[in-house]
Amino acid sequence: MGAGDQAIHQRTLTGLAKGLATGEFSSREVTEALLGRIDAHQGTLNAFITITAEQALVQADMADKARAAGAAGPLNGLPIVHKDLFCTRGVLTTCGSRILDNFVSPYDAAVVERLAAAGAVMLGKTNMDEFAMGSSNETSFFGPVTNPWNVRLSPGGSSGGSAAAVAARVVPAATGTDTGGSIRQPAALTGTTGIKPTYGRVSRFGMVAFASSLDQAGVITRSAEDAALLLGVMAGHDKRDSTSVDHPVPDYVAGLQKPVDGLRIGIVRQHFDEGLDAGCAASVRAALQGLKEAGAVLIDVDLPNIGLSVPTYYVVAPAECSSNLSRFDGVRFGHRAKDPQDLLDLYCRSRGEGFGAEVKRRVMTGTYVLSAGYYDAYYLKAQKVRQLISQDFRNAFAHVDVIAGPTAPTTAFAIGEKTDDPITMYLNDIYTIGANLAGLPGISVPCGFADGLPVGLQLVGPHFAEDVLLACAHQYQQLTDWHQRAPEDFA
Amino acid sequence: MSLTKEQVQHIAILARLQLEDGEADDVVEKLSRIVDFVDQLQAAPTEDVLPMAHPLNMVQRLRADEVTETDQRDFIQQNAPSTEGGYYLVPKVLE
Repeated sequence: MGAGDQAIHQRTLTGLAKGLATGEFSSREVTEALLGRIDAHQGTLNAFITITAEQALVQADMADKARAAGAAGPLNGLPIVHKDLFCTRGVLTTCGSRILDNFVSPYDAAVVERLAAAGAVMLGKTNMDEFAMGSSNETSFFGPVTNPWNVRLSPGGSSGGSAAAVAARVVPAATGTDTGGSIRQPAALTGTTGIKPTYGRVSRFGMVAFASSLDQAGVITRSAEDAALLLGVMAGHDKRDSTSVDHPVPDYVAGLQKPVDGLRIGIVRQHFDEGLDAGCAASVRAALQGLKEAGAVLIDVDLPNIGLSVPTYYVVAPAECSSNLSRFDGVRFGHRAKDPQDLLDLYCRSRGEGFGAEVKRRVMTGTYVLSAGYYDAYYLKAQKVRQLISQDFRNAFAHVDVIAGPTAPTTAFAIGEKTDDPITMYLNDIYTIGANLAGLPGISVPCGFADGLPVGLQLVGPHFAEDVLLACAHQYQQLTDWHQRAPEDFA
Repeated sequence: MSLTKEQVQHIAILARLQLEDGEADDVVEKLSRIVDFVDQLQAAPTEDVLPMAHPLNMVQRLRADEVTETDQRDFIQQNAPSTEGGYYLVPKVLE
């Protein structure tokens, strides 16, 4: 079946762009088709918190007019959905939490603004773990999202709604955020492509903050090519985010053609130890062999302190979250407890009622590690180990261009399987957290199946090497068709 | 348990979180597990290692102290649970 025979929902963003450019269909037709698909699958997937149908059709008509007038932007008329962590002016922005279940943002996040300015049409806001704290989408106040490959399973998290929607061919692309793996892990568990850029590459303005030294915005798509198209629009300096970096943005789409011949790929021994599922290991090893046959050079590298990345993260991230989430006080916006006796009661009950169990655990962990008498033993110690982990990556990148390995230790797991033990859940992010601690870019691409479920290959690069990651991922996707496989019920 | 119920209740007050009666025991158990888990950091040798607060060695930029935003108080306060005359209302703090 050629691209011309593909139904609208089967097309990638790049495929839709071609159809719009040649007049095969209008943005209104694309928007209507996908809104219908969102509605049809919402009951099964629960991938959305808000569907913005009316607004989407207005944006689509504007895009069609702009095209007719010869003023089409780079993403003119293309559909996008946003993780409900990005502020959207005039639209509910809940972050998956009861404490924000009535919050209508008075402004747009930089990511939302940039994509809209390029002509993208927003179809809705996706479900997520509450405040992005979770790896299974089960901590959402709005209920879990299901995995299109098997609806008894979790799609991963925290960008679970974004990943499920893209995997189910409901939409071709979604934004996400990644603090410890929240784009890459759900991408791996749903057979989609997910990129977390370098810290500071994309503005965090208008992202509800979780852990400010780790959070970064990215995308989940069905191909590296689509990710390159979107990232080129999203990336770049923004004076409203003091940590956004003023560094040139290369043409990521043009850069995709760079062959993998001669690319030095580092393999980390610790990434293949007993924690990794055998089926996942086999798929990842086969992918690495494929890249080697395409001309890449595989080199063993050592990250001696990487085993400490999860405990380091679970000091640093909760510490930052306990500080960031202090703004939710029941006074200026969000949920407020009824009939407070005094100000302390107002704070404690508004927050106690508004936050779910996992968010409370993280806020309390953070409060504990920052409290008098424990600061040096936990927080300062974790910051020092973070330095060691970052130094390990710097040493490795003196010898290799990228580091490759599994994205997640297993394929998708059952909803409810890991909710009793926070540590088991945290260890899902064992291969992804290192990149956040060091601020490095990472991408997950589908690289096969284990027991019928998708497996992800993760590539991590030095700071600002998104172009290298995207090119390697794209070249891999020219050699394989794993990224084109659709779940049977959503083909 | 590495944390006691009293410790957890103190942390909850510091964090301005009310825990329901049935919730506290579960929090003690799970927070203890988390603290035990992160305790493995203590064994890492970190003498002479500089703490890392931020992934990029950046210098904070300064900008001119100029008004860049317009007054949107009424619009922004549409999200507030309770306001009066442009102020946010809270329970009486001083008698």
